[in-house]
Amino acid sequence: MAEVQAPPSDLRPAKSVVYCGVCTLPPEYCEYGGTTKKCEEWLSTHHPSLHTALYSPEALSQNLSILSVEAQKRAEKDAAKKAAKASATEAREAEKRAQSKIIIKRVERNKRKYVTEVSGLEHFGLDLKKIAKEFGKKFATGSSVTKAPAGGEEITVQGDVSEDIREWLEENYEQIPEDNVELVEAKKKKDATAG
Amino acid sequence: MFKKEFSPGAKSKVKSSAQRALRTKLLETFPKLEPYIDEILPKKEQLDVLKIPDRVSLYVLGTTPLFYQHMDDPLIPHLQLVHRYPWCFPRVRIDRGGVRFVLSGATLMVPGLTSPGGRLPGDDDAGEEYGNDGKEYEEGRVVVVDAEGKENACMVGVLKMATGEMKEKKKGVAIENGHYVGDGLWKLELR
Ligand SMILES: [Zn+2]
Repeated sequence: MAEVQAPPSDLRPAKSVVYCGVCTLPPEYCEYGGTTKKCEEWLSTHHPSLHTALYSPEALSQNLSILSVEAQKRAEKDAAKKAAKASATEAREAEKRAQSKIIIKRVERNKRKYVTEVSGLEHFGLDLKKIAKEFGKKFATGSSVTKAPAGGEEITVQGDVSEDIREWLEENYEQIPEDNVELVEAKKKKDATAG
Repeated sequence: MFKKEFSPGAKSKVKSSAQRALRTKLLETFPKLEPYIDEILPKKEQLDVLKIPDRVSLYVLGTTPLFYQHMDDPLIPHLQLVHRYPWCFPRVRIDRGGVRFVLSGATLMVPGLTSPGGRLPGDDDAGEEYGNDGKEYEEGRVVVVDAEGKENACMVGVLKMATGEMKEKKKGVAIENGHYVGDGLWKLELR
């Protein structure tokens, strides 16, 4: 793409380059990554005119015509390999998610006083800080991110709100299967054997 | 050089005297940046330096990477800077077929530059972008590598062979360990 070369004294403004929201490269290089399909979708939503310039049939045929037949085949094979790798990673992550559990644990502090500990939300991409704040507002109670005894972090909410949290998750996060949310009970803080 | 992703090391402020020296050095290496230098490196703003792997220092302004330097080697612009001011840097071009090698972190070989799709200074078809007024680039020169059919550069690095020699030999290593779009330096998240 021939640039008009300006004389050095002419202050040509800095270029502003669009970078792909999926793979971070300039969109003209997306074809070399393993996420071409997603990149293309992103571009068509966010920069339709650039999308047309890069992905219209004319542009595509032009783009490939300079490659030799052999090089084209290699490029295709490469792209297929990368795409397979990317989708395998995705499948692995989906599987991990499917096996991950959110545990909502009711813990008795004193007689008839409870706290609810929620762990595992991070497996589903939820932001613990935000959710903790949300719970606090929603249930008008204390709610914060705390260290989990098993490592990692969980959310501790004052009061017995297990059922409410389960319902809230169901309503707001369709991507979390019902079966992956478990309600458990622990009698005292120390003998937390359930779950 | 940045084939793998990495996290940055300690960040520290560049003293104003050192900042001035860097500015001078940058303009010595890339004189065409002169009209833009206040825009790129505003005198009153704080330049920071990040330690990154292999004894490389990365200079950043806020969250914008500007250039990097391995020990006392020449300053090399980050590709995001190159993309904003492409006409300020010495440029060569590789043919379309070489792009996927560059983007996978391979060493850039001379045939990618000497083939019909490639461009070197002094080529009949080099045009103003690549012509450099017919003067060859010497070994050790920092050059930006464009790609046939693409608007934005894909790599920047140091020439291992003078461009005149490339035209004679038509083989060998052109650039080793360059910085390319999508490498660890490109993907580095600056906060
Ligand atoms: Zn992309």
